[in-house]
Amino acid sequence: MTSLIVNGRAVEIDVDPDTPLLWAIREQIGLTGTKYGCGIGQCGACTVHIDGVAVRSCSVLAADVAGKAITTIEGLAENAAQHRLQRAWIDHDVPQCGYCQSGMLMAAAALLAEKPHPSDQDIDEAISNICRCGTFQQAREAIHAAAKA
Amino acid sequence: MGGSFSLHRRGFIIGGASLGAGLALGLDIPGGPKGALAADGAPEVNAWVVIEPDDRVIIRIARSEMGQGSLTGLAQLVAEELECDWAKVTTEYPTPGQSAARNRVWGDFSTGGSRGIRGSQDYVRKGGAIARQLLIQAAANQWGVPAKDCRAEKGIISHAASGRSISFGKVAAAAAKLTPPNDVALKDPKDWKIAGKGVARLDTADKTNGKMIYGIDVKLPGLLSAAIKDCPTFGGRLKSFDKTAIATLPGVVDAAPVGDSAVAVVADSWWRAKKALDALPIVWDDGPNANASSAATAAWLAEGLEDSQPAVVGNSNGDAKAAIAGAAKMIEAVYSYPHQNHAAMEPLNATALYTPERCEVWTGTQNGEAAFAAVVAASGLPAAKCEVHKVMLGGGFGRRGFTDYVTQAVLLAKQFPGRPVKLLWSREEDMAHGKYHPVTQCRLVGALDADNKLVGLRIRLSGQSILASVRPEAVKNGLDPAALQGLVATGDAQLGYDIPNLLVEHAMRNPPVPPGFWRGVNINHNALYLESFIDELAHAAGADPLAFRRGLMASHPKQLAVLDAVAERVGWSRPAPAGVHRGLASFMGYGSYVAAAAEISVENAGRIKIHRIVAATDPGYAVNPAQIERQVSGSFVYGLSALFFGAITVKNGRAEQANFDTYDSMRIKDMPKVEAIVMPSGGFWGGVGEPTICVAAPAVLNAFFAATGKRIRDVPLQKLDVGFV
Repeated sequence: MTSLIVNGRAVEIDVDPDTPLLWAIREQIGLTGTKYGCGIGQCGACTVHIDGVAVRSCSVLAADVAGKAITTIEGLAENAAQHRLQRAWIDHDVPQCGYCQSGMLMAAAALLAEKPHPSDQDIDEAISNICRCGTFQQAREAIHAAAKA
Repeated sequence: MGGSFSLHRRGFIIGGASLGAGLALGLDIPGGPKGALAADGAPEVNAWVVIEPDDRVIIRIARSEMGQGSLTGLAQLVAEELECDWAKVTTEYPTPGQSAARNRVWGDFSTGGSRGIRGSQDYVRKGGAIARQLLIQAAANQWGVPAKDCRAEKGIISHAASGRSISFGKVAAAAAKLTPPNDVALKDPKDWKIAGKGVARLDTADKTNGKMIYGIDVKLPGLLSAAIKDCPTFGGRLKSFDKTAIATLPGVVDAAPVGDSAVAVVADSWWRAKKALDALPIVWDDGPNANASSAATAAWLAEGLEDSQPAVVGNSNGDAKAAIAGAAKMIEAVYSYPHQNHAAMEPLNATALYTPERCEVWTGTQNGEAAFAAVVAASGLPAAKCEVHKVMLGGGFGRRGFTDYVTQAVLLAKQFPGRPVKLLWSREEDMAHGKYHPVTQCRLVGALDADNKLVGLRIRLSGQSILASVRPEAVKNGLDPAALQGLVATGDAQLGYDIPNLLVEHAMRNPPVPPGFWRGVNINHNALYLESFIDELAHAAGADPLAFRRGLMASHPKQLAVLDAVAERVGWSRPAPAGVHRGLASFMGYGSYVAAAAEISVENAGRIKIHRIVAATDPGYAVNPAQIERQVSGSFVYGLSALFFGAITVKNGRAEQANFDTYDSMRIKDMPKVEAIVMPSGGFWGGVGEPTICVAAPAVLNAFFAATGKRIRDVPLQKLDVGFV
């Protein structure tokens, strides 16, 4: 059994030792907001926080993050109704198909935690998620809006 | 968390919107089409509108939402005519099985070609207007007054003379029993109050908190997961596999053939299924295309550009050959465009549950009815015993208009009757088995007279036809009408220039790589060819590229208007900032007129920084200008990703790219702000999801020429070692 702390709750899961965190989250824990896009750490759709740092969960083994604080999109709001980024995402109508947006939001949230008022350049350097619908322009606006909120 | 998710039938129908009530699925898998109002018993005023007793309005949407926003736009059109309170509107998808059982009451489900709104606006607006009339009639009957003296506004029906009013929810049940009028008048768009406004999308909230259900997220009791490999060689087959090698791996249920070319491993989780599939010994019969290559295709297409080879004429006027023969100056160039993959963010998937009595599928599809037909065919069951439940698509771009993955899921599930099987492709499978953007080359020859006026133009395409592959009956006498999108004289993608002597030909050559509709598809390469070459002609004529184009557009005022709009906004008449260079492009596609201007700088001869994009669209009517702006900016991400990185190359009959590391896509750092100009001129209905993608590449390429003097005629830029800063 592997003990994970996901969104503040301890869960015991029975996974093969080579199971990526992404699939443990989706299939063993049942939280499907974290998405599979490439499996090789390229697209960022599976981004979660591990001890507050944005990490591509497809490229981390579940067994290697036992005991660390894992936050998924379902836990982004913590005890509030919405994280300010989620609010800004809605206000700016950012998502199109929406599939990559969990990862985009988690990447943006880690950036804001580190740099509360990021510049465009900070955004460019911190966020490398792929969005095939092309929501970058609205995502950038929403990040700036959330920083001011 | 952890297993608390439960399926509600209604939750599926509405594609993820939150609803408390509903029949828990549990072990009671939904039965046959029960009539769409069965979900919670609320009155269906007509096929398009359900009104709850508490005045909530549910609008039925037949087309699929895949990010393009037409779910919201179509709801706006219905709500506009219905005169309901927009704040009370939600949407739901009727199922293809319900539509089949009701004589296709919801019309066409297919969602592609930027037709979602323009292809159904007339009948969905009528659906809303008829529902309004029924509601008004029901209120009038209750009051004993003439319906003509009553009016509806924001969900309230009122009778001015008596001062009475009543809400939609109170009369919906009575309205549902009335006979609908045969015809209704639709509003003049200038009177729109809900349509025409940039209202927020209806499907956003659940896309920000992980709750939106895509096909990959479907859960059913006893669900099995499957990973699949189709023969990596195009047209090859499955010869054999040795399932004893994986029989003892944890969680593995079985390995099974799927059709005659694929094998799937079924397990208790997808990760275990994929691992076992990777370990499964498989022998392929590579088939007739084992030696196919992009290099061989390129040589074959180049041959098709020669006049000695057969071709069909797609558009002509005057005598282009004579004009070119007598030209003061002749300019000739050859361009090419590669295969490209859709690479939607959500890998293809479908979940199927088969029993000998019934087959149901849950999937993201751009064409619910085609998916339904695929389920009927693959299951071997009558249509009345089949159903497709549509869920949100994690991108489509044309790929999810195909049903290969649906067929696979059913063929696999038939081997595990009574157990739902979720078939999910890996990203690698998605790259290996696309329905790729067609491959083409193009030779263009222009003739300038002594005054540097364009007097003749020949455009000869050589390459792949999508229709020859997917709808061969649409190809008549060797002519695929879609292959010449944007270069023809009539229809929804017309050539926007007056050319006195013109000849447009197509030498159809179909390599063994399956082609498919793609976001923008044929206009992408046709616009790149024509709009780059027009730029070449302008420079050869010593003319300003804007002035040269304007001189050819006297009988294309709407095309000229969008071109002028971007030129004015970008400041074409004034010099660009130091070190910044501009390019223009203009085209028509999917019924809309579009144009773009790009400002770029180029460092070290090959590092491009895009500073600014201005893009204009005249879609006739703009149902939701805010969403049109988003479609336009997104189309540049898709189009410029294609320009910089997009190529699927073939070697030994297989795609060489396997994932985003070899098939890259733009990131936020590469993308400037797109200044979208939405300028609906009225009188026609054009699409918006695709048109502007086609001007993305030529605007940047023309700016690249302005910056470097180098004309790029072969893409993607990556292979020329040109990339982003």
